[in-house]
Amino acid sequence: MTARRKITLDRRKVVSRILKDRGELLLVTGLGAPTWDAASVEDNPNNFYLWGGMGGAVLTGLGLALAQPKRRVLVITGDGEMLMGVGGLATVAVQKPSNLAICIVDNQRYGETGMQETHTAHGVDLAAMAAGAGFQTTSTVYTSAELNTAIPVLYNEPGPVFVDVKITAVEQPMTLPPRDGPTLKHRFRENLLGSI
Amino acid sequence: MVVKSTNKYTLQRRKVVHRILEDRGDAAVVTGIGNAVHDVASANDDPKNMYLAGIMGGAAMVAFGVALAQPKRRILVITGDGELLAGIGSLATIGVEQPKNLSIIVIDNQAYGATGNQHTHTGRGVDLVGIAAASGFKKTALITTNAELEAELQHIHNQPGPYFAVVKVMSKTSPRINAPKDGTYVSRRFRAAVTGESA
Amino acid sequence: MATKKKTDWSKDVFKVLKNADVKQVAYVPDAGHTSLIKMAIADNAIKPVSLTSEQEGVAVLSGAWLGGEAGALLMQSSGVGNVINMLGMANECRFPLLMLVTMRGEWGEFNPWQVPMGQATEAVLEAAGVIVHRVDEPSEIAETVEAAARLAFEGGRMVAVLIGQRVVGFKDWTK
Repeated sequence: MTARRKITLDRRKVVSRILKDRGELLLVTGLGAPTWDAASVEDNPNNFYLWGGMGGAVLTGLGLALAQPKRRVLVITGDGEMLMGVGGLATVAVQKPSNLAICIVDNQRYGETGMQETHTAHGVDLAAMAAGAGFQTTSTVYTSAELNTAIPVLYNEPGPVFVDVKITAVEQPMTLPPRDGPTLKHRFRENLLGSI
Repeated sequence: MVVKSTNKYTLQRRKVVHRILEDRGDAAVVTGIGNAVHDVASANDDPKNMYLAGIMGGAAMVAFGVALAQPKRRILVITGDGELLAGIGSLATIGVEQPKNLSIIVIDNQAYGATGNQHTHTGRGVDLVGIAAASGFKKTALITTNAELEAELQHIHNQPGPYFAVVKVMSKTSPRINAPKDGTYVSRRFRAAVTGESA
Repeated sequence: MATKKKTDWSKDVFKVLKNADVKQVAYVPDAGHTSLIKMAIADNAIKPVSLTSEQEGVAVLSGAWLGGEAGALLMQSSGVGNVINMLGMANECRFPLLMLVTMRGEWGEFNPWQVPMGQATEAVLEAAGVIVHRVDEPSEIAETVEAAARLAFEGGRMVAVLIGQRVVGFKDWTK
Protein backbone atom coordinates (compact mmCIF):
# COMPACT_ATOMS: atom_id res chain seq x y z
CA MET A 1 0.00 0.00 0.00
CA THR A 2 1.21 3.48 -0.82
CA ALA A 3 2.17 5.73 2.04
CA ARG A 4 0.06 8.90 1.91
CA ARG A 5 2.17 11.92 1.02
CA LYS A 6 1.26 15.33 -0.24
CA ILE A 7 0.91 15.56 -4.01
CA THR A 8 2.13 18.83 -5.51
CA LEU A 9 3.73 18.07 -8.88
CA ASP A 10 2.13 19.47 -12.02
CA ARG A 11 1.75 16.99 -14.89
CA ARG A 12 2.79 19.37 -17.65
CA LYS A 13 5.95 20.44 -15.83
CA VAL A 14 6.81 16.82 -15.03
CA VAL A 15 6.47 15.65 -18.62
CA SER A 16 8.25 18.69 -19.95
CA ARG A 17 11.21 18.07 -17.62
CA ILE A 18 11.36 14.41 -18.57
CA LEU A 19 11.38 15.21 -22.29
CA LYS A 20 13.67 18.24 -22.14
CA ASP A 21 16.86 16.40 -23.10
CA ARG A 22 15.26 13.46 -24.84
CA GLY A 23 17.85 13.02 -27.58
CA GLU A 24 16.97 10.00 -29.72
CA LEU A 25 14.32 8.73 -27.31
CA LEU A 26 11.36 6.89 -28.80
CA LEU A 27 8.19 7.81 -26.95
CA VAL A 28 4.87 5.98 -26.68
CA THR A 29 2.06 7.77 -24.88
CA GLY A 30 -1.13 6.31 -23.44
CA LEU A 31 -4.50 7.75 -24.40
CA GLY A 32 -5.81 10.93 -22.87
CA ALA A 33 -3.86 13.48 -20.91
CA PRO A 34 -0.39 11.87 -21.26
CA THR A 35 -0.79 12.31 -25.01
CA TRP A 36 -1.77 15.95 -24.57
CA ASP A 37 1.16 16.43 -22.15
CA ALA A 38 3.71 15.07 -24.62
CA ALA A 39 2.22 17.07 -27.47
CA SER A 40 2.35 20.24 -25.38
CA VAL A 41 6.13 19.85 -25.14
CA GLU A 42 6.66 19.27 -28.84
CA ASP A 43 5.08 17.20 -31.60
CA ASN A 44 8.13 15.05 -32.27
CA PRO A 45 8.13 12.41 -35.05
CA ASN A 46 9.65 10.02 -32.50
CA ASN A 47 6.38 10.21 -30.60
CA PHE A 48 3.73 7.56 -31.12
CA TYR A 49 0.49 8.67 -29.50
CA LEU A 50 -2.21 6.20 -28.61
CA TRP A 51 -5.63 7.77 -29.04
CA GLY A 52 -7.37 4.57 -28.04
CA GLY A 53 -6.37 1.01 -27.19
CA MET A 54 -6.75 1.61 -23.45
CA GLY A 55 -4.43 -0.74 -21.57
CA GLY A 56 -2.08 -1.16 -24.49
CA ALA A 57 0.57 1.54 -24.10
CA VAL A 58 3.12 -0.47 -22.12
CA LEU A 59 2.85 -3.46 -24.42
CA THR A 60 3.16 -1.24 -27.49
CA GLY A 61 6.34 0.07 -25.89
CA LEU A 62 7.52 -3.49 -25.26
CA GLY A 63 7.12 -4.50 -28.89
CA LEU A 64 8.95 -1.38 -29.99
CA ALA A 65 11.75 -1.94 -27.47
CA LEU A 66 12.22 -5.53 -28.64
CA ALA A 67 12.30 -4.40 -32.27
CA GLN A 68 14.73 -1.54 -31.58
CA PRO A 69 17.08 -2.88 -28.90
CA LYS A 70 19.61 -0.08 -29.40
CA ARG A 71 17.11 2.72 -28.86
CA ARG A 72 15.76 3.84 -25.53
CA VAL A 73 11.98 3.51 -25.44
CA LEU A 74 9.89 5.44 -22.93
CA VAL A 75 6.21 4.88 -22.28
CA ILE A 76 4.37 7.73 -20.58
CA THR A 77 0.86 6.81 -19.58
CA GLY A 78 -1.78 7.35 -16.95
CA ASP A 79 -2.74 5.29 -13.93
CA GLY A 80 -6.15 4.26 -15.28
CA GLU A 81 -4.63 3.17 -18.59
CA MET A 82 -1.91 1.23 -16.77
CA LEU A 83 -4.41 -0.49 -14.50
CA MET A 84 -6.49 -1.67 -17.46
CA GLY A 85 -3.51 -3.61 -18.81
CA VAL A 86 -1.64 -4.17 -15.57
CA GLY A 87 -0.88 -7.80 -16.45
CA GLY A 88 1.40 -6.29 -19.06
CA LEU A 89 3.87 -5.50 -16.27
CA ALA A 90 4.40 -9.23 -15.74
CA THR A 91 4.84 -9.77 -19.47
CA VAL A 92 7.40 -6.95 -19.64
CA ALA A 93 9.28 -8.19 -16.57
CA VAL A 94 9.60 -11.66 -18.05
CA GLN A 95 11.00 -10.24 -21.30
CA LYS A 96 13.45 -7.99 -19.40
CA PRO A 97 13.89 -5.38 -22.16
CA SER A 98 16.96 -3.42 -21.00
CA ASN A 99 15.96 -0.41 -23.13
CA LEU A 100 12.39 0.08 -21.89
CA ALA A 101 11.31 2.64 -19.31
CA ILE A 102 7.78 3.20 -18.08
CA CYS A 103 6.63 6.41 -16.47
CA ILE A 104 3.15 6.74 -15.00
CA VAL A 105 1.75 10.24 -14.60
CA ASP A 106 -0.52 9.26 -11.76
CA ASN A 107 -3.28 11.71 -10.82
CA GLN A 108 -5.28 8.87 -9.23
CA ARG A 109 -8.17 9.77 -11.52
CA TYR A 110 -9.86 8.91 -14.79
CA GLY A 111 -9.23 12.42 -16.03
CA GLU A 112 -10.98 12.20 -19.40
CA THR A 113 -14.30 10.90 -18.17
CA GLY A 114 -15.08 13.10 -15.19
CA MET A 115 -12.18 12.75 -12.74
CA GLN A 116 -13.49 9.60 -11.09
CA GLU A 117 -10.99 8.08 -8.70
CA THR A 118 -8.90 5.12 -9.84
CA HIS A 119 -7.59 2.31 -7.68
CA THR A 120 -4.36 4.23 -7.01
CA ALA A 121 -6.42 6.70 -4.96
CA HIS A 122 -7.32 3.79 -2.70
CA GLY A 123 -3.96 2.34 -1.79
CA VAL A 124 -3.05 0.33 -4.87
CA ASP A 125 0.70 0.83 -5.31
CA LEU A 126 1.70 0.56 -8.96
CA ALA A 127 5.45 0.67 -8.27
CA ALA A 128 5.10 -2.20 -5.81
CA MET A 129 3.01 -4.11 -8.35
CA ALA A 130 5.79 -3.62 -10.89
CA ALA A 131 8.32 -4.84 -8.33
CA GLY A 132 6.11 -7.85 -7.69
CA ALA A 133 5.99 -8.47 -11.41
CA GLY A 134 9.78 -8.61 -11.42
CA PHE A 135 10.99 -5.10 -12.25
CA GLN A 136 14.37 -4.56 -10.58
CA THR A 137 14.17 -0.77 -10.66
CA THR A 138 11.00 0.93 -9.43
CA SER A 139 10.16 4.11 -7.60
CA THR A 140 7.33 6.45 -6.67
CA VAL A 141 8.00 10.16 -7.09
CA TYR A 142 6.28 12.88 -5.05
CA THR A 143 8.74 15.78 -5.12
CA SER A 144 10.80 17.79 -7.52
CA ALA A 145 14.00 16.42 -5.97
CA GLU A 146 12.77 12.85 -6.42
CA LEU A 147 11.92 13.64 -10.02
CA ASN A 148 15.49 14.88 -10.57
CA THR A 149 16.74 11.51 -9.37
CA ALA A 150 14.21 9.58 -11.43
CA ILE A 151 14.83 11.22 -14.80
CA PRO A 152 18.35 9.79 -15.32
CA VAL A 153 16.95 6.40 -14.27
CA LEU A 154 14.34 6.61 -17.03
CA TYR A 155 17.07 7.34 -19.58
CA ASN A 156 20.08 5.35 -18.42
CA GLU A 157 19.40 2.56 -15.94
CA PRO A 158 19.20 -0.94 -17.40
CA GLY A 159 15.53 -1.64 -18.04
CA PRO A 160 12.87 -2.41 -17.58
CA VAL A 161 12.46 0.47 -15.16
CA PHE A 162 9.21 1.75 -13.70
CA VAL A 163 8.57 5.18 -12.22
CA ASP A 164 5.20 6.27 -10.83
CA VAL A 165 5.02 10.07 -10.62
CA LYS A 166 2.21 11.34 -8.42
CA ILE A 167 0.71 14.49 -9.93
CA THR A 168 -2.12 16.79 -8.96
CA ALA A 169 -5.57 16.09 -10.39
CA VAL A 170 -5.92 19.37 -12.24
CA GLU A 171 -7.18 19.51 -15.80
CA GLN A 172 -4.86 21.21 -18.24
CA PRO A 173 -5.75 22.77 -21.55
CA MET A 174 -5.75 20.16 -24.29
CA THR A 175 -2.91 20.20 -26.77
CA LEU A 176 -3.97 17.89 -29.50
CA PRO A 177 -1.34 16.21 -31.69
CA PRO A 178 -2.21 14.62 -35.04
CA ARG A 179 -4.76 11.88 -34.52
CA ASP A 180 -4.88 10.16 -37.88
CA GLY A 181 -3.46 6.70 -37.16
CA PRO A 182 -1.87 6.05 -40.58
CA THR A 183 -0.20 9.46 -40.48
CA LEU A 184 1.26 8.81 -37.04
CA LYS A 185 2.43 5.36 -38.06
CA HIS A 186 4.04 6.45 -41.32
CA ARG A 187 5.71 9.44 -39.76
CA PHE A 188 7.13 7.38 -36.90
CA ARG A 189 8.39 4.58 -39.14
CA GLU A 190 9.83 6.84 -41.79
CA ASN A 191 11.73 8.80 -39.21
CA LEU A 192 12.98 5.66 -37.51
CA LEU A 193 13.58 3.31 -40.44
CA GLY A 194 14.08 5.68 -43.37
CA SER A 195 11.06 4.25 -45.14
CA ILE A 196 7.47 3.44 -44.42
CA MET B 1 -1.71 -36.27 -19.95
CA VAL B 2 0.86 -36.86 -17.21
CA VAL B 3 3.98 -34.75 -17.47
CA LYS B 4 7.09 -34.79 -15.27
CA SER B 5 7.41 -31.93 -12.86
CA THR B 6 9.41 -29.07 -14.29
CA ASN B 7 9.98 -27.29 -10.99
CA LYS B 8 11.61 -28.03 -7.64
CA TYR B 9 8.53 -28.04 -5.44
CA THR B 10 7.27 -31.10 -3.61
CA LEU B 11 3.68 -30.33 -2.59
CA GLN B 12 1.05 -32.18 -4.58
CA ARG B 13 -1.76 -29.96 -5.79
CA ARG B 14 -4.58 -32.37 -5.16
CA LYS B 15 -3.52 -33.14 -1.60
CA VAL B 16 -3.16 -29.43 -0.90
CA VAL B 17 -6.63 -28.64 -2.21
CA HIS B 18 -8.19 -31.56 -0.36
CA ARG B 19 -6.54 -30.45 2.89
CA ILE B 20 -7.85 -26.91 2.49
CA LEU B 21 -11.37 -28.10 1.70
CA GLU B 22 -11.43 -30.48 4.67
CA ASP B 23 -11.92 -27.39 6.86
CA ARG B 24 -14.27 -25.49 4.55
CA GLY B 25 -17.37 -25.63 6.73
CA ASP B 26 -20.14 -23.83 4.86
CA ALA B 27 -17.74 -21.93 2.59
CA ALA B 28 -18.58 -21.50 -1.07
CA VAL B 29 -15.82 -22.31 -3.54
CA VAL B 30 -15.21 -20.86 -6.98
CA THR B 31 -12.62 -22.60 -9.13
CA GLY B 32 -10.62 -21.28 -12.03
CA ILE B 33 -10.46 -23.07 -15.37
CA GLY B 34 -8.32 -26.18 -15.70
CA ASN B 35 -6.83 -28.45 -13.05
CA ALA B 36 -8.40 -26.48 -10.21
CA VAL B 37 -11.83 -27.79 -11.27
CA HIS B 38 -10.66 -31.36 -10.90
CA ASP B 39 -8.77 -30.71 -7.69
CA VAL B 40 -11.90 -29.31 -6.06
CA ALA B 41 -14.43 -31.71 -7.54
CA SER B 42 -12.32 -34.73 -6.55
CA ALA B 43 -12.50 -33.67 -2.90
CA ASN B 44 -16.29 -33.63 -2.92
CA ASP B 45 -18.79 -32.48 -5.52
CA ASP B 46 -20.36 -30.02 -3.09
CA PRO B 47 -23.31 -27.98 -4.38
CA LYS B 48 -21.55 -24.92 -3.01
CA ASN B 49 -18.83 -25.39 -5.62
CA MET B 50 -18.95 -23.23 -8.73
CA TYR B 51 -16.70 -24.77 -11.35
CA LEU B 52 -15.62 -22.33 -14.01
CA ALA B 53 -14.61 -24.34 -17.04
CA GLY B 54 -13.95 -21.28 -19.14
CA ILE B 55 -13.49 -17.50 -18.84
CA MET B 56 -9.80 -17.52 -18.12
CA GLY B 57 -9.05 -14.64 -15.76
CA GLY B 58 -12.52 -14.40 -14.25
CA ALA B 59 -12.50 -16.63 -11.17
CA ALA B 60 -11.45 -14.01 -8.61
CA MET B 61 -14.08 -11.54 -9.78
CA VAL B 62 -16.87 -14.13 -9.87
CA ALA B 63 -15.97 -14.98 -6.28
CA PHE B 64 -15.81 -11.30 -5.40
CA GLY B 65 -19.35 -10.82 -6.68
CA VAL B 66 -20.51 -13.76 -4.53
CA ALA B 67 -18.61 -12.34 -1.55
CA LEU B 68 -20.49 -9.03 -1.87
CA ALA B 69 -23.81 -10.80 -2.18
CA GLN B 70 -23.10 -13.26 0.66
CA PRO B 71 -21.20 -11.21 3.23
CA LYS B 72 -21.73 -13.71 6.06
CA ARG B 73 -20.27 -16.64 4.19
CA ARG B 74 -16.60 -17.36 3.45
CA ILE B 75 -15.86 -17.50 -0.25
CA LEU B 76 -12.77 -19.35 -1.46
CA VAL B 77 -11.18 -19.11 -4.86
CA ILE B 78 -9.09 -22.08 -5.90
CA THR B 79 -7.35 -21.31 -9.15
CA GLY B 80 -4.13 -21.65 -11.09
CA ASP B 81 -1.32 -19.18 -11.69
CA GLY B 82 -2.05 -18.84 -15.40
CA GLU B 83 -5.73 -18.15 -14.76
CA LEU B 84 -4.95 -15.55 -12.11
CA LEU B 85 -2.41 -13.84 -14.36
CA ALA B 86 -5.01 -13.51 -17.11
CA GLY B 87 -7.07 -11.30 -14.81
CA ILE B 88 -4.39 -9.84 -12.59
CA GLY B 89 -5.99 -6.38 -12.47
CA SER B 90 -8.72 -8.00 -10.38
CA LEU B 91 -6.33 -8.04 -7.45
CA ALA B 92 -6.25 -4.24 -7.48
CA THR B 93 -10.04 -4.08 -7.71
CA ILE B 94 -10.39 -6.47 -4.76
CA GLY B 95 -7.66 -4.66 -2.82
CA VAL B 96 -9.68 -1.45 -3.10
CA GLU B 97 -12.97 -3.09 -2.10
CA GLN B 98 -11.58 -5.08 0.88
CA PRO B 99 -14.11 -7.94 1.05
CA LYS B 100 -13.47 -9.48 4.47
CA ASN B 101 -14.90 -12.86 3.51
CA LEU B 102 -12.83 -13.58 0.40
CA SER B 103 -9.77 -15.83 0.25
CA ILE B 104 -7.86 -16.49 -2.95
CA ILE B 105 -5.63 -19.54 -3.13
CA VAL B 106 -3.46 -19.88 -6.20
CA ILE B 107 -2.19 -23.37 -6.90
CA ASP B 108 1.01 -22.40 -8.66
CA ASN B 109 2.78 -25.03 -10.73
CA GLN B 110 4.48 -22.32 -12.78
CA ALA B 111 2.99 -23.86 -15.92
CA TYR B 112 -0.09 -23.82 -18.13
CA GLY B 113 -0.86 -27.38 -17.06
CA ALA B 114 -3.90 -27.94 -19.23
CA THR B 115 -2.20 -27.05 -22.50
CA GLY B 116 1.18 -28.78 -22.35
CA ASN B 117 2.97 -27.32 -19.34
CA GLN B 118 4.30 -24.19 -21.01
CA HIS B 119 5.97 -21.92 -18.46
CA THR B 120 3.91 -19.11 -16.99
CA HIS B 121 5.30 -15.82 -15.73
CA THR B 122 5.47 -17.12 -12.15
CA GLY B 123 8.42 -19.38 -12.97
CA ARG B 124 10.29 -16.41 -14.33
CA GLY B 125 10.38 -13.89 -11.55
CA VAL B 126 6.79 -12.72 -11.27
CA ASP B 127 5.82 -12.62 -7.61
CA LEU B 128 2.04 -12.89 -7.31
CA VAL B 129 2.17 -12.52 -3.52
CA GLY B 130 4.04 -9.23 -3.94
CA ILE B 131 1.47 -8.01 -6.46
CA ALA B 132 -1.39 -8.94 -4.11
CA ALA B 133 0.31 -7.12 -1.24
CA ALA B 134 0.87 -4.09 -3.47
CA SER B 135 -2.83 -4.23 -4.34
CA GLY B 136 -3.85 -3.94 -0.70
CA PHE B 137 -4.72 -7.49 0.37
CA LYS B 138 -4.93 -7.67 4.15
CA LYS B 139 -2.92 -10.86 4.52
CA THR B 140 -0.76 -12.65 1.99
CA ALA B 141 1.36 -15.79 2.14
CA LEU B 142 3.66 -17.96 0.11
CA ILE B 143 3.21 -21.64 0.96
CA THR B 144 5.79 -24.25 -0.04
CA THR B 145 5.53 -26.88 2.72
CA ASN B 146 2.83 -28.78 4.59
CA ALA B 147 3.76 -27.01 7.81
CA GLU B 148 3.22 -23.62 6.17
CA LEU B 149 -0.09 -24.81 4.77
CA GLU B 150 -1.28 -25.92 8.22
CA ALA B 151 -0.29 -22.55 9.68
CA GLU B 152 -2.26 -20.65 7.04
CA LEU B 153 -5.52 -22.62 7.28
CA GLN B 154 -6.99 -20.37 9.98
CA HIS B 155 -6.31 -17.32 7.80
CA ILE B 156 -7.82 -18.99 4.75
CA HIS B 157 -11.02 -19.91 6.57
CA ASN B 158 -11.51 -17.66 9.58
CA GLN B 159 -9.48 -14.46 9.76
CA PRO B 160 -10.73 -11.24 8.12
CA GLY B 161 -9.63 -10.93 4.52
CA PRO B 162 -9.18 -10.25 1.72
CA TYR B 163 -6.64 -13.05 1.92
CA PHE B 164 -4.27 -14.20 -0.78
CA ALA B 165 -1.91 -17.18 -0.86
CA VAL B 166 0.23 -18.82 -3.48
CA VAL B 167 0.87 -22.52 -2.93
CA LYS B 168 3.84 -23.73 -4.94
CA VAL B 169 3.20 -27.28 -6.18
CA MET B 170 4.83 -29.84 -8.47
CA SER B 171 3.85 -29.33 -12.08
CA LYS B 172 2.86 -33.00 -12.40
CA THR B 173 -0.83 -33.25 -13.24
CA SER B 174 -3.34 -35.54 -11.59
CA PRO B 175 -6.04 -37.51 -13.36
CA ARG B 176 -9.15 -35.64 -14.43
CA ILE B 177 -12.44 -36.54 -12.89
CA ASN B 178 -15.96 -36.10 -14.12
CA ALA B 179 -16.84 -32.75 -12.63
CA PRO B 180 -20.23 -31.53 -13.80
CA LYS B 181 -19.54 -29.13 -16.63
CA ASP B 182 -22.95 -27.89 -17.64
CA GLY B 183 -22.86 -24.27 -16.58
CA THR B 184 -26.60 -23.87 -16.19
CA TYR B 185 -26.79 -26.91 -13.91
CA VAL B 186 -23.79 -26.03 -11.76
CA SER B 187 -24.77 -22.40 -11.37
CA ARG B 188 -28.43 -23.11 -10.42
CA ARG B 189 -27.32 -25.75 -7.94
CA PHE B 190 -24.78 -23.33 -6.43
CA ARG B 191 -27.23 -20.45 -6.19
CA ALA B 192 -29.86 -22.59 -4.53
CA ALA B 193 -27.28 -23.93 -2.05
CA VAL B 194 -25.90 -20.54 -1.00
CA THR B 195 -29.14 -18.55 -0.98
CA GLY B 196 -31.52 -21.22 0.23
CA GLU B 197 -33.87 -20.20 -2.59
CA SER B 198 -34.82 -22.34 -5.51
CA ALA B 199 -33.32 -21.37 -8.85
CA MET C 1 -25.82 17.79 -36.40
CA ALA C 2 -26.57 19.12 -32.96
CA THR C 3 -26.58 16.97 -29.89
CA LYS C 4 -30.06 16.19 -28.58
CA LYS C 5 -31.16 18.46 -25.82
CA LYS C 6 -29.72 17.28 -22.55
CA THR C 7 -32.26 15.92 -20.13
CA ASP C 8 -31.50 14.27 -16.87
CA TRP C 9 -32.12 10.72 -18.03
CA SER C 10 -29.63 9.36 -15.51
CA LYS C 11 -32.06 9.94 -12.63
CA ASP C 12 -34.80 7.97 -14.34
CA VAL C 13 -32.41 5.19 -15.26
CA PHE C 14 -31.23 5.03 -11.67
CA LYS C 15 -34.84 4.66 -10.51
CA VAL C 16 -35.26 1.81 -12.95
CA LEU C 17 -32.16 0.09 -11.56
CA LYS C 18 -33.47 0.53 -8.02
CA ASN C 19 -36.87 -0.87 -8.99
CA ALA C 20 -35.12 -3.84 -10.54
CA ASP C 21 -33.45 -4.39 -7.15
CA VAL C 22 -29.97 -3.87 -8.55
CA LYS C 23 -27.49 -4.21 -5.69
CA GLN C 24 -24.14 -4.19 -7.45
CA VAL C 25 -23.09 -1.57 -10.00
CA ALA C 26 -19.77 -2.37 -11.65
CA TYR C 27 -18.19 0.19 -13.92
CA VAL C 28 -15.31 1.57 -15.87
CA PRO C 29 -16.11 5.27 -16.01
CA ASP C 30 -17.36 7.06 -19.07
CA ALA C 31 -18.35 10.68 -19.26
CA GLY C 32 -21.87 9.66 -20.26
CA HIS C 33 -22.26 7.60 -17.10
CA THR C 34 -20.91 10.24 -14.72
CA SER C 35 -24.12 11.06 -12.87
CA LEU C 36 -25.31 7.46 -12.80
CA ILE C 37 -22.04 6.41 -11.18
CA LYS C 38 -22.35 9.22 -8.62
CA MET C 39 -25.86 8.12 -7.71
CA ALA C 40 -24.73 4.51 -7.36
CA ILE C 41 -21.90 5.55 -5.04
CA ALA C 42 -24.24 7.73 -2.96
CA ASP C 43 -26.83 4.97 -2.49
CA ASN C 44 -26.19 2.91 0.63
CA ALA C 45 -28.06 -0.10 -0.70
CA ILE C 46 -25.83 -0.32 -3.76
CA LYS C 47 -22.30 -1.67 -3.81
CA PRO C 48 -20.37 0.28 -6.44
CA VAL C 49 -17.44 -1.66 -7.91
CA SER C 50 -14.83 0.31 -9.84
CA LEU C 51 -13.02 -2.04 -12.25
CA THR C 52 -9.62 -2.01 -13.95
CA SER C 53 -11.09 -3.56 -17.08
CA GLU C 54 -14.65 -4.21 -18.21
CA GLN C 55 -14.12 -7.96 -18.42
CA GLU C 56 -13.89 -8.02 -14.63
CA GLY C 57 -17.43 -6.67 -14.52
CA VAL C 58 -18.99 -9.61 -16.34
CA ALA C 59 -17.37 -11.92 -13.82
CA VAL C 60 -18.44 -9.81 -10.81
CA LEU C 61 -22.06 -9.75 -11.92
CA SER C 62 -22.02 -13.49 -12.57
CA GLY C 63 -20.87 -13.91 -9.00
CA ALA C 64 -23.48 -11.44 -7.80
CA TRP C 65 -26.24 -13.45 -9.37
CA LEU C 66 -24.81 -16.70 -7.98
CA GLY C 67 -24.95 -15.05 -4.57
CA GLY C 68 -28.55 -13.92 -5.04
CA GLU C 69 -28.11 -10.30 -6.13
CA ALA C 70 -28.77 -8.44 -9.36
CA GLY C 71 -26.28 -6.04 -10.87
CA ALA C 72 -25.58 -3.73 -13.78
CA LEU C 73 -22.39 -3.11 -15.75
CA LEU C 74 -21.69 0.40 -17.01
CA MET C 75 -19.11 1.05 -19.71
CA GLN C 76 -18.20 2.92 -22.85
CA SER C 77 -18.46 1.20 -26.23
CA SER C 78 -14.67 0.73 -26.31
CA GLY C 79 -15.07 -1.52 -23.26
CA VAL C 80 -17.32 -3.89 -25.18
CA GLY C 81 -14.18 -5.16 -26.90
CA ASN C 82 -12.77 -6.14 -23.52
CA VAL C 83 -15.69 -8.29 -22.39
CA ILE C 84 -16.19 -10.69 -25.26
CA ASN C 85 -14.52 -13.85 -23.94
CA MET C 86 -15.96 -13.31 -20.48
CA LEU C 87 -19.47 -13.18 -21.98
CA GLY C 88 -19.05 -16.88 -22.72
CA MET C 89 -19.76 -17.61 -19.08
CA ALA C 90 -22.93 -15.57 -18.88
CA ASN C 91 -24.09 -17.16 -22.11
CA GLU C 92 -23.28 -20.76 -21.16
CA CYS C 93 -24.74 -20.42 -17.65
CA ARG C 94 -27.63 -18.25 -18.83
CA PHE C 95 -26.81 -15.59 -16.25
CA PRO C 96 -28.84 -12.41 -16.35
CA LEU C 97 -26.51 -9.64 -17.48
CA LEU C 98 -27.53 -6.02 -17.88
CA MET C 99 -25.01 -3.77 -19.61
CA LEU C 100 -25.47 -0.04 -20.15
CA VAL C 101 -23.13 1.09 -22.88
CA THR C 102 -22.55 4.73 -23.77
CA MET C 103 -21.51 5.02 -27.40
CA ARG C 104 -18.45 6.63 -28.90
CA GLY C 105 -17.18 6.41 -32.44
CA GLU C 106 -20.39 7.43 -34.17
CA TRP C 107 -22.47 10.64 -34.01
CA GLY C 108 -20.07 13.52 -34.53
CA GLU C 109 -17.04 11.58 -33.31
CA PHE C 110 -13.85 13.56 -33.28
CA ASN C 111 -11.32 10.81 -32.44
CA PRO C 112 -10.80 8.40 -35.34
CA TRP C 113 -9.45 5.75 -32.98
CA GLN C 114 -12.87 5.45 -31.38
CA VAL C 115 -14.60 4.76 -34.67
CA PRO C 116 -13.63 1.10 -35.32
CA MET C 117 -14.87 -0.24 -31.97
CA GLY C 118 -17.86 2.10 -31.94
CA GLN C 119 -18.96 0.92 -35.36
CA ALA C 120 -18.43 -2.74 -34.41
CA THR C 121 -20.07 -2.60 -31.00
CA GLU C 122 -23.56 -3.73 -31.93
CA ALA C 123 -22.42 -6.49 -34.30
CA VAL C 124 -19.83 -7.81 -31.86
CA LEU C 125 -22.32 -7.98 -29.00
CA GLU C 126 -24.86 -9.74 -31.15
CA ALA C 127 -22.24 -12.18 -32.40
CA ALA C 128 -21.51 -13.02 -28.76
CA GLY C 129 -25.18 -13.74 -28.09
CA VAL C 130 -26.19 -10.49 -26.42
CA ILE C 131 -29.61 -8.97 -27.10
CA VAL C 132 -29.05 -5.34 -28.07
CA HIS C 133 -31.46 -2.46 -27.48
CA ARG C 134 -30.35 0.79 -29.01
CA VAL C 135 -31.68 4.16 -27.94
CA ASP C 136 -31.05 7.60 -29.43
CA GLU C 137 -33.91 9.52 -27.88
CA PRO C 138 -33.27 10.80 -24.33
CA SER C 139 -36.91 10.42 -23.32
CA GLU C 140 -36.79 6.72 -24.23
CA ILE C 141 -33.67 5.73 -22.31
CA ALA C 142 -35.31 4.90 -19.00
CA GLU C 143 -38.08 2.78 -20.50
CA THR C 144 -35.53 0.99 -22.66
CA VAL C 145 -33.39 0.20 -19.62
CA GLU C 146 -36.53 -0.95 -17.81
CA ALA C 147 -37.38 -3.35 -20.62
CA ALA C 148 -33.79 -4.53 -20.81
CA ALA C 149 -33.68 -5.12 -17.06
CA ARG C 150 -36.83 -7.23 -17.23
CA LEU C 151 -35.47 -9.20 -20.14
CA ALA C 152 -32.18 -9.71 -18.33
CA PHE C 153 -33.43 -10.54 -14.84
CA GLU C 154 -36.80 -12.14 -15.58
CA GLY C 155 -35.99 -13.55 -18.98
CA GLY C 156 -32.56 -14.70 -17.92
CA ARG C 157 -30.61 -13.19 -20.79
CA MET C 158 -27.62 -11.00 -21.60
CA VAL C 159 -28.95 -7.61 -22.66
CA ALA C 160 -27.08 -4.47 -23.63
CA VAL C 161 -28.58 -1.01 -23.93
CA LEU C 162 -26.55 1.11 -26.30
CA ILE C 163 -27.04 4.79 -25.52
CA GLY C 164 -26.24 6.72 -28.67
CA GLN C 165 -23.51 9.32 -28.81
CA ARG C 166 -26.12 11.76 -30.04
CA VAL C 167 -27.71 11.53 -26.60
CA VAL C 168 -24.52 11.47 -24.58
CA GLY C 169 -23.17 14.50 -26.35
CA PHE C 170 -19.92 15.48 -27.91
CA LYS C 171 -16.79 15.64 -25.94
CA ASP C 172 -15.74 19.26 -25.77
CA TRP C 173 -12.44 19.31 -27.59
CA THR C 174 -12.21 23.05 -27.92
CA LYS C 175 -11.36 24.02 -24.38
